[in-house]
Amino acid sequence: MELFTPDFGLVFWMFIAFIILFLILAKWGWPVILKSIDERADKIDKGVEYAKEAKAQLDSAREQAQKYIEEAQAKQAEMLRDAAKMKSQIIEEAKANASEEAKKVMDAAKVSIEQSRKEAELQFRNEVSKFSLEIAEKMVRSQLENDKEQEKLVEKLLDEIEKN
Amino acid sequence: MTLLLLLLFAPFNAGASGNEEGSLNVKEVIFHHLGDGYGWEVPFSHVYRIPLPVIVRAQDGSWFCFSSSRLQNIEEVVNSEGKACLEAVPTIVTLHKNHGDSIKTYQFVLAHHSKHANKVVEIFPIQTAKDKKEFEDAKAAVAASNSGEDAIVDGYVEFNGEYYKEYKPLDISITKNVFALLISSVVVTLIVLGLARYYARRSDKTPRKGMGFVEMLVDFLYSGTIKSALGDKTKKFAPYLLTCFFFIFIMNILGLVVIFPGGANLTGNIAVTLVLAVIAFVMINIHGSKHYWKDIFWPDVPLWLKFPLPIMQFIEIFSMFTKPAALCVRLFANMMGGHMIVITLILIIFIFAAFGAAAAGASVIVSVLFTLFMLALDVLVSFIQAYVFTLLTTIFISMSTEDPHAKHEEHVDHISLPEEADVTASPKTT
Repeated sequence: MELFTPDFGLVFWMFIAFIILFLILAKWGWPVILKSIDERADKIDKGVEYAKEAKAQLDSAREQAQKYIEEAQAKQAEMLRDAAKMKSQIIEEAKANASEEAKKVMDAAKVSIEQSRKEAELQFRNEVSKFSLEIAEKMVRSQLENDKEQEKLVEKLLDEIEKN
Repeated sequence: MTLLLLLLFAPFNAGASGNEEGSLNVKEVIFHHLGDGYGWEVPFSHVYRIPLPVIVRAQDGSWFCFSSSRLQNIEEVVNSEGKACLEAVPTIVTLHKNHGDSIKTYQFVLAHHSKHANKVVEIFPIQTAKDKKEFEDAKAAVAASNSGEDAIVDGYVEFNGEYYKEYKPLDISITKNVFALLISSVVVTLIVLGLARYYARRSDKTPRKGMGFVEMLVDFLYSGTIKSALGDKTKKFAPYLLTCFFFIFIMNILGLVVIFPGGANLTGNIAVTLVLAVIAFVMINIHGSKHYWKDIFWPDVPLWLKFPLPIMQFIEIFSMFTKPAALCVRLFANMMGGHMIVITLILIIFIFAAFGAAAAGASVIVSVLFTLFMLALDVLVSFIQAYVFTLLTTIFISMSTEDPHAKHEEHVDHISLPEEADVTASPKTT
């Protein structure tokens, strides 16, 4: 059978063709292609890894941000509370101070009023006594213009002293 | 596209071959289409062929190169129906060569009625009385042992009713198959270098469209099969294995194309698969590890199996050769089977045509449908066979280069694979 007996010419050319093809492709074809495929596979692997990492980072960053926000909110609330407390405290203090001050002022005013009252009283008393002495002098002078009268008075005064 | 072309041309060619002798010679038509030839058939003509160079070495050692168109003349003849038509008539090619002062004449012919049918042979006229006597003796011997007038006389070729002494020259002609082989090589080179150039220019981008398909194949083989089977030895063997796959694949596919650049039954020719198998054999054994050779010459079996009588050694060495031989025969049988079935299905039309128009019409529909189906299947088989060849070679290489201690688990992987591959191959081999 012709079909089952290998023909020398074809074997010869097949051998040459395959060897040449192999040498050409092994030199200029496959190394470039395989290198590129490997490199790209590496790149894709790296890309996936990078994406995973980035996602993890993003997640952690988001968590962090959430935490920060919560912290900030807590702090804010606390600060607000503190502020309110401080406010009321300050008001209280101010009130207390004010009332104290007012009391002090009042006290001082009272003291000064008292003092001026006492001074005025004293002055009034002096003046009254002065006036009364003057009046008395005048009266005495007028009354004692006649000797009789003077005598009568001396008498009366002496009586009074004696009675006492 | 390919299928349509085949449907257009195959019946025509087949019909033309059949009509030559008045009746249909199925066997001849089939083997004509499966075999090789010195010219390449062109569509719509059974007479004209694309001429290819014939390169032969004559008996005295001188080389000749001439066009295959000189092997036959196109002559106008009157056929049996009385119509004039063109026919290719074989002729004797006469060539002269200067040997110093004398000119020697050489004659070649495309043998038909000879031991070397359909091959170019050098012929010598029977002139001397001694030659004539020798020829008569040989003829008488053949006639005595064999029956019929047509019996072939060994060592002689009959041409136009005359006998010549023949010599089968060393023939490295660029025949149809060789030319198809060269075309396939060029196509593979263009595809692979094209892809390589694409990568060299812009390695970051993935190729699209046609190149994307090639790259998908490369990646499928390289990452999926070769890398996982060979591990760190990938760099060493990948170029061979990939070349092997693409070469076989392109040859298979081109074989299914019916007109000029294809149509040659290349991988369905035992010479081609034989060379592929021999190269695979070399690749498998040349890098064999110590462990591999030890397994062949001193396997781990009871002593009586290997010492006085080297039974195991015999089996192991035998299996060394059967592995590539199986590769060779598997590819050959699958591809040849595919071609043969398609041609036979087409021939059904011409066989049934003898029974009248209705039978012919029905058989056209049936056989066209079956042919379409078979060709679609053959496209699949083309890929599968190329893949199986590469896969098995990969596995054999990985088994032979395996380190004894390093990877035991991989070995387990490999054992399951060949069986699976054989299952895909077997339905067509039978």
